[in-house]
Amino acid sequence: MNVPPAILEVDDLKITTTSGDAILEEASLTLARGEILGVVGESGSGKSTLALAMLGYTRDGTRVERGSVRIDGTDLLQLPERERRRRRGRVASYVPQEPGQALNPSLRVGAAILDVIREHGAAVPGQVGRVLTAVHLPATKQFARRYPHELSGGQQQRVTIGMALSCQPPVIVFDEPTTGLDVITQAGIIEEIRRLRDERDAAMVYVSHDLAVVAALADRIMVVYAGRVVEHGRAAALVQTPRHPYTRGLIQSIPDPSRPRTLIPMRGTGAGVGQWPAGCPFEPRCPQRVDACATAVPPLEPAGDERSVRCIRWRDTPPVDLGDRLGGNPSKRSGGALLQVEDLLAVHRGADTVVAANGVTFAIGEQQCVALVGESGSGKTTVARAIIGLHRPEAGTIVFDGESLAGHARDRTATQRQRIQYVFQNPYDSLNPRQRIADALARPARLLRGLKGQQATDEVARLLDRVRLPQTIANRYPHQLSGGERQRVAIARALAARPDLLICDEITSALDVSVQAAILEVLDDLRSQLGLTILLITHDLGVVSAIADHVIVLQRGCILEAGPVMDILAQPTDAYTTQLIDAAPRMRIA
Amino acid sequence: MILSRRRIAPLSNVGAWIGAVVLVMVVVIALVGPWLAPHSPDQPIAAPFTPPGSGHPLGTDFLGRDVLSRLLWGGRSVLLFAGAATTIAYAVGLAVGLLAGYSRSWIDPALMRSVDILLAFPALVFILLLAAALGTGIWSVLLATAVIQVPGIARIIRTATLEQSVRGFVEVAVLRGETTPSILRREILPNIAGPISADIGLRFTWSVILIASVNFLGLGLQPPAADWGVMVSENRGGLNLNPYAMLAPALILGALTVAINLVSDSLARRYR
Repeated sequence: MNVPPAILEVDDLKITTTSGDAILEEASLTLARGEILGVVGESGSGKSTLALAMLGYTRDGTRVERGSVRIDGTDLLQLPERERRRRRGRVASYVPQEPGQALNPSLRVGAAILDVIREHGAAVPGQVGRVLTAVHLPATKQFARRYPHELSGGQQQRVTIGMALSCQPPVIVFDEPTTGLDVITQAGIIEEIRRLRDERDAAMVYVSHDLAVVAALADRIMVVYAGRVVEHGRAAALVQTPRHPYTRGLIQSIPDPSRPRTLIPMRGTGAGVGQWPAGCPFEPRCPQRVDACATAVPPLEPAGDERSVRCIRWRDTPPVDLGDRLGGNPSKRSGGALLQVEDLLAVHRGADTVVAANGVTFAIGEQQCVALVGESGSGKTTVARAIIGLHRPEAGTIVFDGESLAGHARDRTATQRQRIQYVFQNPYDSLNPRQRIADALARPARLLRGLKGQQATDEVARLLDRVRLPQTIANRYPHQLSGGERQRVAIARALAARPDLLICDEITSALDVSVQAAILEVLDDLRSQLGLTILLITHDLGVVSAIADHVIVLQRGCILEAGPVMDILAQPTDAYTTQLIDAAPRMRIA
Repeated sequence: MILSRRRIAPLSNVGAWIGAVVLVMVVVIALVGPWLAPHSPDQPIAAPFTPPGSGHPLGTDFLGRDVLSRLLWGGRSVLLFAGAATTIAYAVGLAVGLLAGYSRSWIDPALMRSVDILLAFPALVFILLLAAALGTGIWSVLLATAVIQVPGIARIIRTATLEQSVRGFVEVAVLRGETTPSILRREILPNIAGPISADIGLRFTWSVILIASVNFLGLGLQPPAADWGVMVSENRGGLNLNPYAMLAPALILGALTVAINLVSDSLARRYR
C-alpha cells in the first residue's frame, strides 16, 4: 500500500446513548486527501453517528465513551466545544441529507453562503459567485437572491455542497446527500462530488444506505452493521467478491435495470440499538452461521488485499448469486383490461397553473404489474391520485372494470372504493400515530367488507401473516416500528379491503435497499397468491426491472413510451428513457 | 470523557407530579372545604381586618368574617364557574376550529370571520355588554367568559387541524369512505391533543381571572357569596391590617393555576 499521509484518523471510537447502550463500537479508519471513503449501512447501523463524530459532534442523548477523531493530528474530541465549533466548516464540513430542511427557508442562497464564509473570516468580494460556480450553479445576482424554496432539490443540494466547500476544508462529510433526489439529479450530484474531489484534493466521506451509489463513487468502502464495521476494503474488489455475508446479502438485494432479475432479500430485520445479540450482530440473519457465532463478537480480521472482515467464516462466503434473470414471458398474465385511462388531463391550480398530466392514455390488464416511471414533477403521482380519486381531473375518463369512475373518491360507490387501494410513499405519514396497528388494519376490513368482532380480529392476524410481520406488532403504535415494518403495515391495510387493483406510490423510496428487496418480494408474492393487479409509481428503474411487466415512461405530464419492461430496458427508443437507464447507479459485477 | 448534554426529561416529570399533587389538594379543599369550615362564611365574628388569632387562624376580612371559613367555602364557585366557562368555550371553539380547518371550502372563511368579530371587543367590555343585554348575574358572566374565548381556541384548533388534514392517514381515511365526523374524531382529534392540552390550562387560568374581575365589578356573584376571586378584590383595602385576607385566596388561586399549567404542559409533551 503506497500510503499518502492521512488527514483524517479515527481510532477505536465508541459512542453510546446516555443510558449506556452502544451505538457505534471499535470504529477506526484513516483517510488521505483526494480519497473518497464510502460508509454503507442501514438505518440504525450507526453510520450517521460516525459521520457526525468526524466533525467532533455528537447528537443529544449520545456521548463518546472512548476513542479519538484526529484531523491533521489534532484530536477534535479533546478540544473544548467552542474550538470544535470553530473548526466545523473550516477543517471538516458536512453536507446533510435533506437540503430542503437543512437550508434556512428565510435566508437567500447568497446570504446563506456568505454566513458560512463570515463565520470563518472576512468575505472577499465575488467569493459567493466563486462558490456558486464551483458547484455548477449560475453565479448571478438573481440566483444569489433566490430563496431555497425557489430552487429544485438538486440545486438545493448543490448549494449545501457549496456551503461545505466555501472555506476549503480538508475533510468533507456527505450524509446521504442524494437520498430523496431522482436518479438523473443524483447522477449529476455524484459527478459533481467526483469532480470536486479531483479539483479540491480534499478527503471525502460519503455515507449512504445504497451500496450501488457508493460503489460508483468511492475508492474504499466500509460496511457498517449494528454499530460495527463488518467489512472494509477497496470498492471494486469489495463489490466483486464480498467476504462478509451481510455485504453479500446487500449486493444481492440491489436491483439493476440493465440486468432485470428477481431480487434475493436477506432474512429478518436489523436489530435496534440496545437489542444487539451478544455474539456476532449479524448471526440471527446469517445464512452461514455456526454455533460459535452466537458466543462472541468476531474480531475485524485482515483478509488480504487491503481487506478486513468481521466474520469467523469469511473464507466460506459463497460468491455473489444474482438469482434468476427475468426474461420469461411476462405477458402470460394479462387478462382483459381492468383499468383504462383515456386522455387524462390534470392540472395543479395555484399562483401559476401547472399541467401535471396531459393526454395520458393507458390500460392495465388483470393481474399485470404496470410501472409508471418518471422523475419528480413528471406527473406520475398526479395520475395515480386521479385514479384513486384524490385529484379531480380536468378531462378524460377513468374506466375500472367497465364502470366509469367519478372524479372524487367521495362520489364513488363503496365497492369501487374497496376494489382500488392505495399505498402511500411515506409510511411515517400514512399511519395514524395514535392508532394501534390492530385498529389501523381492522378499520378498513370493518368498513369496506363489513367484518365484525372476532372476524375482524382474525383478519388482522391473517393480514400480518400475509406481509410477514410477527403477530406481536398488532398491539404496537407506528412509532415503535421501523420504516420497513410500517410500510408492510400500510400494505396490509390496503389488503384489508380485498382490493383488485393496488396502487403503490414510491412505496420503497423512503426505505433502505435491503428492506426494499423484502418489500418487493412481498408484493410479488401477493400478486401470484391473490391475483392482484398492481400499478407501481416509481422513479427507480431498478425497482421496475425487479417486479414490473409493463412500463410507462412519463415526462412533464406526457407519455414518452410504453411497453413490456424487457423491451424498454433493453432498447429504449426515447432519449429521456435512455438517460434514466444510464443514470441508475449500478455495481459492475462480472 | 463526556461530551454530551443531559436530557431535561426527568425534571419535567417532577414538575408534572408536583402539579398533580397540588391540583388534587386544591380540588379537595374546594369540594370538602364547606364541611370543615369552623364558622359561617357570611357572619361577622370579630372586628374587620382582625389579624390572626385563636378561633380565626387567618384573621377576619373587611366585614369581620372568618377568612379561613370563606377560603374553605370559596373554591367551589371558582372551580364550577371557571370550569364550566372553559368547557363551554372549548366545546364551541373545538367544533368551529375542526370544521374550519378540515373543510377547505367556504365554510372555513365563513366560520372564522364570524368568530373573528368577537376579537374586536376587549374581553371586559364584551362581558359588560352581554351583562347589560342579558341582565347581571353569574350565568351571563359565565356565558360571556366562554364566548369571548372562542376565537382564540378556534384559531389554535384550526391551525392544528389544517396541519393534520393534509397527512397521508387522513387521505387514507377519505379513500375508505369515512364520514367527516368520524375522520375528525378518529384521525385528527387524537393527533391535535398535544396543543389542546397545552392550551386548556391557560384558558382555565384566564377564565378564573376574568370571572374574578367581573365579580369584583359587582356584575357576577353578589356580595355575601364566598369566592377566592371575590375575596382577593374585596380585601385589597386591608392589606396592611390583615394581609392574610387577601394573600391567602391569592396564593391558593396562584397554586391552582400553576398546578393546572404544569399538568397540562406535561400532557402536551406526552402527546408530541
